[in-house]
Amino acid sequence: MKVSLFITCLIDTFQPNVGKATVEILERLGCEVSFPTSQVCCGQPAYNSGYVAEAKQAAKNMIQTFEHVEYVVTPSGSCATMFHEYPHIFKGDVQWEERAKRLAEKTYELTQFIVEVLKVTDVGARLKGKATYHTSCHMTRLLDVKEAPFTLLSNVRELEVEQLPNAQNCCGFGGTFSVKMMPISEQMVDEKVESVEQTGADYLISADCGCLMNIGGRIERLGKSARVLHIAEVLNSR
Amino acid sequence: MSMKISDKKFNERIDKGIQDSTMREAVSTAQERLYTRRLAASEELGNWEEWRDLGEQIRQHTLENLDYYLMQLSENVTKRGGHVFFAKTKEDAAQYIKEVAEKKQAKKVVKSKSMVTEEIEMNKTLEGIGCEVIESDLGEYILQVDDHEPPSHIVAPALHMKKEQIRDVFQEKLGYGKSEDPYEMTKFVRKILREKFLEAEIGVTGCNFAVANTGSICLVTNEGNADLVTAIPKTQIAVMGMERLVPTMEELDVLVGLLCRSAVGQKLTSYITTVGPKYEEEADGPEEFHLVIVDNGRSEILGSEFQQVLQCIRCAACINVCPVYRHVGGHSYGSIYPGPIGAVLSPLLGGYDDYKELPYASSLCAACTDACPVKIPLHELLLKHRQVIVEKEGRAPLAEKLAMKMFGMGASSAALYKLGTKMAPTAMMPIVSGDRVSKGVGPLKNWTEIREFPAPSKERFRDWFDDHKKGGGK
Repeated sequence: MKVSLFITCLIDTFQPNVGKATVEILERLGCEVSFPTSQVCCGQPAYNSGYVAEAKQAAKNMIQTFEHVEYVVTPSGSCATMFHEYPHIFKGDVQWEERAKRLAEKTYELTQFIVEVLKVTDVGARLKGKATYHTSCHMTRLLDVKEAPFTLLSNVRELEVEQLPNAQNCCGFGGTFSVKMMPISEQMVDEKVESVEQTGADYLISADCGCLMNIGGRIERLGKSARVLHIAEVLNSR
Repeated sequence: MSMKISDKKFNERIDKGIQDSTMREAVSTAQERLYTRRLAASEELGNWEEWRDLGEQIRQHTLENLDYYLMQLSENVTKRGGHVFFAKTKEDAAQYIKEVAEKKQAKKVVKSKSMVTEEIEMNKTLEGIGCEVIESDLGEYILQVDDHEPPSHIVAPALHMKKEQIRDVFQEKLGYGKSEDPYEMTKFVRKILREKFLEAEIGVTGCNFAVANTGSICLVTNEGNADLVTAIPKTQIAVMGMERLVPTMEELDVLVGLLCRSAVGQKLTSYITTVGPKYEEEADGPEEFHLVIVDNGRSEILGSEFQQVLQCIRCAACINVCPVYRHVGGHSYGSIYPGPIGAVLSPLLGGYDDYKELPYASSLCAACTDACPVKIPLHELLLKHRQVIVEKEGRAPLAEKLAMKMFGMGASSAALYKLGTKMAPTAMMPIVSGDRVSKGVGPLKNWTEIREFPAPSKERFRDWFDDHKKGGGK
């Protein structure tokens, strides 16, 4: 199966390991992975701040970049959601709406792709320890991917997954919210870090780098011990 | 009390909320209780998503035909002998109610819980002519006794208080001498309120839903206070936001079910009553009935890109799941309408001057949208506000505008982006120590106030992928 990677700007620049893990998992599962180099950012920072014109510039570039591929797979629930938002952004635009729809239809978040398209529930991973999983908001509520990450994690050998208390609450990232509304964001991330501690988990796993940067950055600042891992890194562990 | 409940700046209000650990404990406990109950109640009903679809359809149909149903409602209330007043502004509404009170030479007005009467500052207006206004909803009564504290929640106005605080207020203001046991405190208040119900010349209620084809007003409570408000005083005034109606009892049935389950996790609350002018054949009922239909900015919202906010049935499910509300509390919003619904509605009814920060006080987590029983896309409406603030109002800071312009350029040009990310490790060198940034500058400053930021990787993913392919990866 031919898969085109939308790696996201955060992973490209800050967390290339997550990207490598994504490639290795997909290749191991028999996919032929390509990486169109004209991809940049999905446009969320502008869109979520009210700059729709600027977000459209980013979106158009992405629509063109992935126009002729079969599947788009991304290791980020939030960025996948943004691709699914494109038809809404271009509503009524004769030139772009249909193209945006076609992109949305073939775009999958990584775990969603593995479970729904590849029909694989066990990727053969092994990771020793106790983990808890942060359900990122956009992936859970807007992309409606709720089960796939848990299905895959439940088959990781030697990994015990503990339910995160108040998992439904946002971690306080919210893109520009994390800096614009820093005092509120701080309260939210603090509660999340406390919840992680309550589980006694060695690892906090999630499918979104933004959330992980936020929770992980706070964990580091507070000198706590839990390690944050992207789910791709977990699924690529042997 | 008007819609605006504080003259303090947004940041000061937020800080005050965050520092109030008692309030935060009360709020988070209540949120978790209401969250669990709501989920249980919606699961028990089954097909929750279909009920939501139906609720949305009913609300949208009503809004699309609002002129028709308002006319029908008005005719039916009048036919039954009631008086209908359409108030364009909050001042018009308060003035009308004042005139009724003057005509009746009323000294005491007893009322049940209503957000719209807060919006039109009814109590203040009536108190201005020497009328005593008594809140009969327990939560509202507590706040009234507590030096007229504003409500912090649209369903449970005193949600921010703990029972011990309430006991102290009663002790100080009313000479209450018993424990913080809710049963004992309620019994105490009940005794006081019974007298008030008997003395009042006028009863004022809000309106959960008006039923257009019968000309009746539906009131939803757990305390039964609205039933006494409408049964005892000879003159009754119902005040409604102009969008709060349904075509017939059939739609009322659906929406009341959605409201009760979403608001408090009950199938139905203890009392669901429909009231209105007395029918000729009826022995009981008010001698005089007035319905005040309040516009106060709503017709500006109708037909605008924000129309969906008028679907709201004031259940507060969005407030009860909001992680921002959880930490800052209701008063931080500076409006009688807090939480996600307040962050959408307050700037529309009260203007951006007072409420421009509210649309940004959300991480866009969409918990609100998910919880809304009539499917208002609350987080999308918050985004819409941001767009209006940036594009139409031009209120965004200059530095932000410039940054976003650059973003637009960088994000649509792979060449620019590649250059930028290539240079990032060098450009950020001065602020990087080891693998992280602890003291950021510019937009990173607020990030690193509370968290570490990763240093840009020396090898970008795209460089690795290039090598990987050359090395024979599939």
